[in-house]
Amino acid sequence: MNSSANSTPALAIENLHKSFGKAKIIRGVNLKIGKGERHAVIGPNGAGKSTLFNLITGRFPPTSGKVRLHGRDLAGLAPFQINRMGLSRSFQITNIFPKMSVFENVRCSLLWSKGYRYSFWNMVSRSQDLTDAADSILEQINLTARRDLPAGVLSYAEQRALEIGITIAGGANVIMLDEPTAGMSHSETDYIVELIRTVTEDKTLVMVEHDMGVVFGLADYISVLVYGEIIATGRPEEVRANPKVQEAYLGAALEAEH
Amino acid sequence: MNEQDQITTDPTKPAQRMRAGSMTISATPWIVAALVLIVLPMIFTNNSAITIMNQMAITIVFALAYNMLLGQGGMLSFGHAVYSGIGGFACMHIMNATEFFAVLPLPLLPIFGGLFGMGLAMIVGSFSTRSAGTVFAMISLGVGELIAASSIIIVAFFGGEEGISGDRTYSLPFFGIEFLKQIEVYYLISAWLMISTLLMYLFSRTPIGRMANAVRDNPERAEFLGYSARWVRFYSFIFSGFFAGIAGALFAINYEILTEENLNTTSSGVILLVTFLGGVGFFFGPILGAIVFTLVQTVLSLQTDLWAFYAGVLFVSTVMFFPGGLAGLIMMHVPAFKFGKARHLVLPYIRTLLPGLITILGLSALVEMIFHFRHAATGEDEMTLFWTTFDSHAVFPWIIAIVVTAAAFWITRRNVPGLVEAWHKANNFSGGRT
Repeated sequence: MNSSANSTPALAIENLHKSFGKAKIIRGVNLKIGKGERHAVIGPNGAGKSTLFNLITGRFPPTSGKVRLHGRDLAGLAPFQINRMGLSRSFQITNIFPKMSVFENVRCSLLWSKGYRYSFWNMVSRSQDLTDAADSILEQINLTARRDLPAGVLSYAEQRALEIGITIAGGANVIMLDEPTAGMSHSETDYIVELIRTVTEDKTLVMVEHDMGVVFGLADYISVLVYGEIIATGRPEEVRANPKVQEAYLGAALEAEH
Repeated sequence: MNEQDQITTDPTKPAQRMRAGSMTISATPWIVAALVLIVLPMIFTNNSAITIMNQMAITIVFALAYNMLLGQGGMLSFGHAVYSGIGGFACMHIMNATEFFAVLPLPLLPIFGGLFGMGLAMIVGSFSTRSAGTVFAMISLGVGELIAASSIIIVAFFGGEEGISGDRTYSLPFFGIEFLKQIEVYYLISAWLMISTLLMYLFSRTPIGRMANAVRDNPERAEFLGYSARWVRFYSFIFSGFFAGIAGALFAINYEILTEENLNTTSSGVILLVTFLGGVGFFFGPILGAIVFTLVQTVLSLQTDLWAFYAGVLFVSTVMFFPGGLAGLIMMHVPAFKFGKARHLVLPYIRTLLPGLITILGLSALVEMIFHFRHAATGEDEMTLFWTTFDSHAVFPWIIAIVVTAAAFWITRRNVPGLVEAWHKANNFSGGRT
C-alpha cells in the first residue's frame, strides 16, 4: 500500500444529518478519525452522541451524508455487514446475552470472525481454537472465575467488562464504546479504563463518555458535539483551551477538574 | 469454596445455573434411550400399547422439531402442523407412486417427508423469519390457515375431506422386512426417533444452533456480532421444517392415511401445548411433554370423555404455575440432589403431594359426577368411578366426594408451609457443606 492509502482515515463522516420527524438531532457532522487513534466524543446530554454512534454503526439510517469505514461507504449496510467489515460497538445500556454463560457470550462473539458463520456441521465444543480464544478473552477481561455463570447474574461492572470483551472478541479494528463507565463507582471506573487501554491497543477507538477523567486519561483526540454539531476537534489540551468549548459546555467540568 | 462451587452458589435461578454449566456431550443417555426403545415392546406386547408408543414417538419428533423454533429460536409458531402435514402428504403420494415406491425401501421414506417439509419451510421462511415476535406468530397463523383451507380445495394433492390413503407394504422389502406387522413399524419409527433426536441435539451444539439461542435472547446484539438475525432464524426454521416433515412421514407410515386434520390449526395448537407442557427451556422437555400428552390422549381418553378438559387444565396450570414445564420442574431439583440435600425433601413432599393428589382426584370425581348428572341418558343413574358403582342422583356419594376433597385440600394447605421451608433448607448452599 502506498502512502495515500495509509492516510485513509479509519472512519470518515461527511456532512451527516439525522432527523426524527421535525427534530434535527444531527446537523451536519464532519469528522475524520485516523487509524490507531483514540477518539472521544463528548457533549452535554441530548447533544446527539448516541445517535451519532447509531448512525455510524448502521443501527439507524442517516437522513443524509456519508459514513466511510476504511474508505468504504457504509450507506445501506446492515449492522451485521458493518461488523464484518471490522467495526464493533458496545452499548450505553448493557447489551449482552443474559441467559447464556459468560463463556458462551464470548464464544458467540467469536464465531463469525473465526469463520464458523452459519455452519451446522461443526460442534462448537469440539473446536479447540474457539474455546482457547474465548478463554483468553475471559482472561483479558478478568472474568475467568465467572466463566460458567449466566451472564445475567454478574455484577454491573462485570457485565460492562463482559460487554467490552464481546465487543473486542471478533477482532474488529475499529472499536466504538458508548459510555463504557456510565453508572460506575470510582474504583470500577479506574478498572474499566485500564481494561479499555489494554484491549484496544493498536486499534482505533471511538467512545462517547461523560466522565472527564476518563476522557482526558484515555483519548488522543476529543470532539465536542453540541446540538448535533461538532464545535471543536483536537488534542485534549487544545479542546480544553478552546473558548468556544469552555463557553458551550466544558467550563464547569474543567473547573471542577482543577 | 473452590471454583466449582461458585456455579451453584447463587440460589436465585436454579434452572439457569445448571444450564449455564458444561456443554459436554455424554453418550450414556443416548445408549439408555436406545435400550429402552428396544426393550419396551417386549414389556408392552399388545398391539394397542405399540400403537400408543408409535404415536408417542411421532409426537416426540414433532415436538422436538417445534422446540427448535420456540425454545431455541424464540419463534412462536401457530401453524407448524403444515410442515409435518406436507411431509406426510408427500409421503402418501410417494407410496401411491407404485413404480417408484417399489424400488424405495420404506425406512428411507421419511427423508422425502423431511425434504418436503424443509422445502415448504424455505418458501414460507423466506419472508416470515424477517422478525420474531408477533409478526412471525401472525404470519405462521395466516400461512397455517391458508394451507389448511386449500387442503380442502386442492383435492388432487390433499384428497379433500377423506384425505389420502396408501399402503406402506408396497415398498421394496428392507432386508426381507415388509412392514406388515405393527412391531416392525415400531422399530422403524424408533430408529428415526433416535436419529432425529440425536441430529436435533447436535444441531443445538453447532455454531448456528448457538447463535439461534443468541438471537432468541438478544437479536440486536447478535447483529452487532456479525450475524444476520434473519438468516439465523431462517436456518432454524428450515431445519425445524425438515424434522417436522420427518414426523409427518412417520405418521404416514404408521397410519397409512393423511387428512386435513394433520395440518390444521388444531394440530398446530396441540404441538404448542405438548412442547410447552414438557418445557421449552431444556432440550429434553418436549420429549416429556409428548409422552405425558400422548398418555393423557390415549389412556385417559379410554377412562373418561372429559380427557380434553383435563388436558386443558393441565396446560393452563403449567403456564400459570410452572412456566418451565415438566423439564423445568425436574431441573429445579438438581441442585438439591447435587449437594446431597434432596433427602430433606422426601417427607415434606409425601405430606403435601399425597393429600394434594387426593384433592385432585376428588375434584375430578366431582367433575365426572356433575357431567354424569347432567348428561347421562334419563334413567341411567348408575355410574362407576374409581372402581365404585353408585347412583349419581343420590345425595350420599356427593357428600362423600365433597368431604374427602375438602379434607384432603385442608391437609394439603396445612402442609405447604412445611414443604416451602424444607425447600429453602435443601437449596441453601451458603451454609457450610458437610
